[in-house]
Amino acid sequence: MGQVLINGLYSGVQYALIALGLTLIFSLMNVMNFAHGQLYVLGGFVTYYVYGVLGLPFVVALLAAGITLAVVGLLFDILFFRKVLARSARDESTMLLATGTALLLDSLFIIFFGEKHRGVPTVISGVMRISNNIFLPYSRVLIIIISVAVIVFFILFMKYTRCGRGLRAMAQDREAAKLMGVNVDRYSMFGWALAAMLAGLAGAMLVSVSGVNSGLGTWLSIKAFIMVMIGGAGVISGAIIGGLMLGILESFGSSFLPGNQYLAIFIALIIFLAIRPRGLLGRQ
Amino acid sequence: MNRKQKILLLIVALAFYLVLLPYLCRDRNYLLGVITTASVLSVISAGVWLIFYIGRINIGQGAFALIGGYTGAIAISKLGLSFWFGLVMAGIVSMLVGIIIGLPLLRLKGVYFSMITLSLTETARLTAQSLVPITNGPNGILNLPLPGELSFFGITLIPDFAKVNKHIAMFYLSAFLLIASYAVLYRIINSRVGWLFRSLQQNEDLASSFGVDVPRLRVIAFAICTFYAGIGGAFFVAMQQSIYPATFSVQDSTYFLLYCFLGGLGYVFGPLIGTFVLYIGFEMLQGLNEYQPLIYALLMIGMMLWLPNGMLSLRLPFLAGKKSPLGGAK
Repeated sequence: MGQVLINGLYSGVQYALIALGLTLIFSLMNVMNFAHGQLYVLGGFVTYYVYGVLGLPFVVALLAAGITLAVVGLLFDILFFRKVLARSARDESTMLLATGTALLLDSLFIIFFGEKHRGVPTVISGVMRISNNIFLPYSRVLIIIISVAVIVFFILFMKYTRCGRGLRAMAQDREAAKLMGVNVDRYSMFGWALAAMLAGLAGAMLVSVSGVNSGLGTWLSIKAFIMVMIGGAGVISGAIIGGLMLGILESFGSSFLPGNQYLAIFIALIIFLAIRPRGLLGRQ
Repeated sequence: MNRKQKILLLIVALAFYLVLLPYLCRDRNYLLGVITTASVLSVISAGVWLIFYIGRINIGQGAFALIGGYTGAIAISKLGLSFWFGLVMAGIVSMLVGIIIGLPLLRLKGVYFSMITLSLTETARLTAQSLVPITNGPNGILNLPLPGELSFFGITLIPDFAKVNKHIAMFYLSAFLLIASYAVLYRIINSRVGWLFRSLQQNEDLASSFGVDVPRLRVIAFAICTFYAGIGGAFFVAMQQSIYPATFSVQDSTYFLLYCFLGGLGYVFGPLIGTFVLYIGFEMLQGLNEYQPLIYALLMIGMMLWLPNGMLSLRLPFLAGKKSPLGGAK
């Protein structure tokens, strides 16, 4: 039981990182990024090459993944989303654009990385013994620490820096923020970069434990959507709660209903959404 | 273009599709198969289009096609029913699941609805994989028999597919499904219900304030959409004579969006044109199959950037007739 909970928390903090990025983009631009899982997978591939193939330290790989993804996020905004957002007020067009980018990344992964599952050597070996029958490998402890640190850093950044205030203002009311002198275009770009970076960091950490392959993207996007739907889109605390809840549900599900855990989670989600269509903390 | 010209164009198009195409392809079974597949995919796309029409994006059509496919396959292989019964059952089961799921989910707006329908496709696949006793799990259901004879009081309406040229038979069955489904769709869109659907697309709250029963209409549209998916899925499975959990995936669900979008969301025949152009066009480019997802993705992004109203919005003289009377509603 304790072990199941610990495993759930471990996946939960990583999921929270992904959901944070997704919810950030959504709150800033009203765009649901259907390619978020693919960004995560890209982070995993960058880490695989920098850490696994080139043999550089893991920290360098983390940074490389973060920076690469930030650039990809920037390009997404400049090349695609900005143009479509400027022309069309309906969120249908950005949604279709986002599914297109997801398909694009998926097919590029297959072309460049193939379908092989790739892993890297563990960052630290050894297992931490929490109590008599609860174990946690140090590599996972490291991931929990990094993830929590990134989440805390992100919250502090959003709360106390000038830039974070600008982003929050934009999330509240884009027009009003513009009138108050927030450079909306620049902050959108920055928001995309930040969100993609969070996904990249999460992907970089995943590869060190369970490896990465080209087909993971869609499935991870779907998980991210489930988290956002549980917690409520556009709310930072909602993303964190959604991430942790999905991690724990998944962990309990796979120990009690092996094979059918996602069917169970999905049915529960439908019932939950029938009662609370905006999620736990979503804006009304 | 007046009414007479429209009817003339329709007759020419039908004659081409029903007589000339099968005649030209009589020795090319592969090509006929491609056209048959395009026909059935356009039936499934028609459902997606209808949901677009009421202002939602359904990325879960693959799930309902899969449900229909499995229903048909199980009815034929495990329950020993005839294909014809299985086909109708597939549509109805898929529609019932659509209604049950749709009742709570259609309350969700915009991205929420799209997110949950996308998750639905993946859930359907996982369920098909894990419900081994019913679906055979990842191995799928193989060696399904061809559709048998359909007779009514001893009069053979449709001969046993195994006894005639099965490629031609499959083609005509798909053509029948296509014509029936688009005729129904056209009738719906140009009826009072069509006006109500357009009102949902533009503003649900306003429509509701005028006394439109918004929740009921949404469920009706979704029921039609999932019925099409079920029928299409079952036919596709009968044609392939096998089904796997991956027969309809998230990628297929995305392709359906692209088909509708390429044809144009404001036109009843948009998904039909989109599916035929894209699917058949692609089969012509042999050797590029490996890059199909990449090209589709670039096409989708390019469409969004440069041609947001679809192909039928290009004002070419020979396409103008395909426009529905109220096509420019978007």
